[in-house]
Amino acid sequence: MATIDFKDDTAVVIIGSGAGGGTLAHELTSRGIKVVLLEAGKRQSLDSFSQVPGEAFSQLTWLDPRTQTGDWGVARDFPTMPAWHCKTVGGTTVHWTASAPRLRPWEVRAQSTYGKIAGTSLIDWPIAYDELEKYYKLAELRMGVTRRNDMPGLPASNNFKVMYAGAKKLGYNQVHTGHMAINSVTYDGRGYCIQQGFCVQGCKMGAKWSTLYTEIPDAEATGNLDLRIESTATRIEHGPDGRVNAVVYRDREGKEQRQKAGLVCVAGNAIETARLLLLSESVKYPRGLANSSDQVGRNYCHQITGFVWGIFDKPIYSWRGATLAGVVEDEVVNNPQRGFVGGYRIELLALDLPTLPLVGLPYGWGRDFASIIDNYRNLAGLFINGEDLPRPDNRITLNSNVKDAYGLPVANVHVDEHANDRAIRKHAQGQMSKMYEAIGAKRVVLGPVPPATHNLCTARMSADPRDGVTNAWGQTHDIKNLFISDGSVLSTPGAANPTLTIVALALRQAEYISRQMKAGEV
Amino acid sequence: MKANTKENPDRQQFDRRQFLKTTGMLTGWVAAGSSLAAIAPAPARAWAIDLTVLASAEGATLMAVARTIAPHDKLDDAAYALVVRAIDADAATDERTRKVLRAGVSGLGGDFARRDESARVTALKKIESSEFFQTMRLKTLQVLYATPMAYAYFGYEGEAFSKGGYLSRGFNDLHWLPEVPLEDGGPVVS
Repeated sequence: MATIDFKDDTAVVIIGSGAGGGTLAHELTSRGIKVVLLEAGKRQSLDSFSQVPGEAFSQLTWLDPRTQTGDWGVARDFPTMPAWHCKTVGGTTVHWTASAPRLRPWEVRAQSTYGKIAGTSLIDWPIAYDELEKYYKLAELRMGVTRRNDMPGLPASNNFKVMYAGAKKLGYNQVHTGHMAINSVTYDGRGYCIQQGFCVQGCKMGAKWSTLYTEIPDAEATGNLDLRIESTATRIEHGPDGRVNAVVYRDREGKEQRQKAGLVCVAGNAIETARLLLLSESVKYPRGLANSSDQVGRNYCHQITGFVWGIFDKPIYSWRGATLAGVVEDEVVNNPQRGFVGGYRIELLALDLPTLPLVGLPYGWGRDFASIIDNYRNLAGLFINGEDLPRPDNRITLNSNVKDAYGLPVANVHVDEHANDRAIRKHAQGQMSKMYEAIGAKRVVLGPVPPATHNLCTARMSADPRDGVTNAWGQTHDIKNLFISDGSVLSTPGAANPTLTIVALALRQAEYISRQMKAGEV
Repeated sequence: MKANTKENPDRQQFDRRQFLKTTGMLTGWVAAGSSLAAIAPAPARAWAIDLTVLASAEGATLMAVARTIAPHDKLDDAAYALVVRAIDADAATDERTRKVLRAGVSGLGGDFARRDESARVTALKKIESSEFFQTMRLKTLQVLYATPMAYAYFGYEGEAFSKGGYLSRGFNDLHWLPEVPLEDGGPVVS
């Protein structure tokens, strides 16, 4: 572990230690670059993870205040919690459910594939798919993804057997236990999955890839990493030349610190990344950093989600086993005849008690509501992961009426659903209901849209600087030594769970940054 | 409802304790075989929960509200009492909660806990949009379904790591549907 001087203006400062920031920290430090890694949360370990649902939730979750507007269900059903992601070393890779599919070639050409659609701000990615694919392969090796390379699939759980039988009855062909970043066999010094269930509580086996116990300790071992936990970035500063030169943050005592920087990478998850850029407004950059295009915070995507539960007359014990190890990929196609553009995955899911009644079921109370929970043993679960369309006014802004612990405006998340978003959800819920009905479900329950776990596109890559915030390497169009290194940079979300793509882009960005630093370009 | 159960043999002791306090308590009996380590030290079958802010009668009303929100007939009153304990603790530290609860309870009337379920449902439907009801609904779901009693009742087996997960404890023991071909699942490592 390195100790980097506050005044060292050659340091690379990375804000956030999740899939993007943690991976980038490892890559840069292993190339001999000194990195200060700021993480707002505390550091947990395999030993300290709690398997008590409420405890695990408060141990890992980002709970700082936020507000919401717009017509989507989350603003109504979960007004104080637009998103569910982590505040801890390792970021959201600590609670993620480890589904690691690739985007499809047509998904990175969304604008060309879907055409002009009113009310959207679709663009194509500025990266050719072949190029992205090279880094997918590296990311899959790094993370140990099942059904890739030599990693076998995870074994079928009870919940998956129900999904599989229903999917087959409907004629689906691409049904398997998923491309999961969960060891099915010992790999990379980590053990294999023992089917504890509820991966969101943190994996006490370390079988699930998380930067907490892979990239970050590897980065520490290089001697080039200065990890500062409980350190919340509040502002990125720049010099008269417009280049960023310091990150101001609050340490664990709440004391303000200022770390000089030669280069800054923001990876705070799409809501906080956008908020930090906006909070860093100055006379030179009155709309916030890297925001001459007015695109920072806009085009916020969250993917189309929703629960479908099947109640059967025999036990399933859906909590036993890797939470998301099951997928139907037949609907990951662009077939406008279904009534919408873009595709979706049907994924396996289980929720703990009390999360099922709090988040997984439609609002209710009384006999009917309670009767669903009475069937907890006999409940099978599915989740939608579909592509949502970017809209300019679906955006993160600063809400000066509500302040955080440091007196700074909180993020407001505004989402108005596009008709295409609703059509995808409706189609998916219909297919998933049919799957369960085809194998004799007594009842199918459609759940609400939960707080967003995939927060994306708020500082997107764009070929044309007017359309986005960064170039194809996550380097901001406006400021050469300011990079974005998380899901904010995705040009469009596609229907793939985003972590693999975030890691692939971080691996690619690390090569670019170290090349540019060597050449004196940044 | 079993709050302040008359037949309780420990009633005298409870009454004496209650006499010494200005606030309330909830007491009850646990059905044989329940897992109640949290509030009733084995082998005692009687349980008692002290309230710091709410009076006993208020506690009994709130317990009836919780049971009407989440009715599970064979789930012990003790589990619902834990909801009341949690909301009482909130009221102790937050004046607004205290006021909301007091006003809500008084609005429901002193006989709410003794009314039949359909009357209780009707009464709650009338105030469904109130802060009182929404606070009670959220607290009931958060606390009731996280109790060890609820876990046992609904079959959730809880913490699994110390038992080796479910790899050899039934994660794939469902046999009423066809087995998944190996190529679509994967090998069970042991």
